[in-house]
Amino acid sequence: MDNLIIAGKTYSSRLLVGTGKYKDFAETRASIDASGAQIITVAIRRTNIGQNPGEPNLLDILPPSQYTLLPNTAGCFTVDDAVRTLRLARELLDGHSLVKLEVLGDPKTLFPNMVETLKAAEILVKENFQVMVYTSDDPILARQLEEIGCVAVMPLASLIGSGMGILNPWNLQIIIDNAKVPVIVDAGVGTASDAAIAMELGCDGVLMNTAIAAAQRPILMASAMRKGVEAGREAYLAGRMAKKLYSASPSSPVTGVISSSSKDQAA
Amino acid sequence: MQVILNGQPQRFDTPLNIVQLLEYMALQGKRIAVERNGEIVPRSQFGEQMLADGDRLEIVVAVGGG
Repeated sequence: MDNLIIAGKTYSSRLLVGTGKYKDFAETRASIDASGAQIITVAIRRTNIGQNPGEPNLLDILPPSQYTLLPNTAGCFTVDDAVRTLRLARELLDGHSLVKLEVLGDPKTLFPNMVETLKAAEILVKENFQVMVYTSDDPILARQLEEIGCVAVMPLASLIGSGMGILNPWNLQIIIDNAKVPVIVDAGVGTASDAAIAMELGCDGVLMNTAIAAAQRPILMASAMRKGVEAGREAYLAGRMAKKLYSASPSSPVTGVISSSSKDQAA
Repeated sequence: MQVILNGQPQRFDTPLNIVQLLEYMALQGKRIAVERNGEIVPRSQFGEQMLADGDRLEIVVAVGGG
């Protein structure tokens, strides 16, 4: 079996999905099921004072017994906020230590602040978190995050929520070639071919949210993404043919073609 | 006594522990986590920890996110 292994745990799906931006919990659940994802990200937020006590909770819809929940630090712009958020997440999820770290640097682009990300990763690894880390697509930073002890590095393909696709496959390729931990392309995928391209590069998985949630038909897009990831992975394992300009090689036999040309012998 | 609860000032006239605070917030039995003055409060200590004037409390849940 061609499984994804993260921090010693085995997953058959290489598609990781977020749970934000859906119109309701029913659509969230149906999309996640259609995606086949086993690892799903959740955000940690303050309870609303005086909220409706009967209101359903995300974890009632997506029970931790059925999915591997990946609490994130979305919205955190400092080391302190990110670390505190994940300590709360670990308490919330009964000691579950697999987390997604992201420390943002700019509210407009949501580009990661890599200096702060490195500091936060060091603290979290020391506190025995298993850190999957959102990073810019800089191969040196990705290597440093791996050296700190992160269990997966997750470079962006393009900006969070942009749907711009794989903008720098060359950097991703260098990160993939050098990494000894799983490389998950996180952020920027827009449609199924983007996911396939990421997987064809040889990355170990793809994490996405908006590409599914913001599609006209999210559940159908979730299914498309599942196939895109699977197709890209199989193509990577199969090994693509070499590209060759101008050296045409027909797929059908070159002899025995019927002909009415004058070259045929007269009877 | 005044505490800062999820960033908002909140007054209480009688002493209370975290179990009672959660009841007041209609959060009893919900999946939540509590941080008090920057430190995690384990669930097992909810009944023991009495709130003190000036405490900063964060009470969080999991929500949809990417």
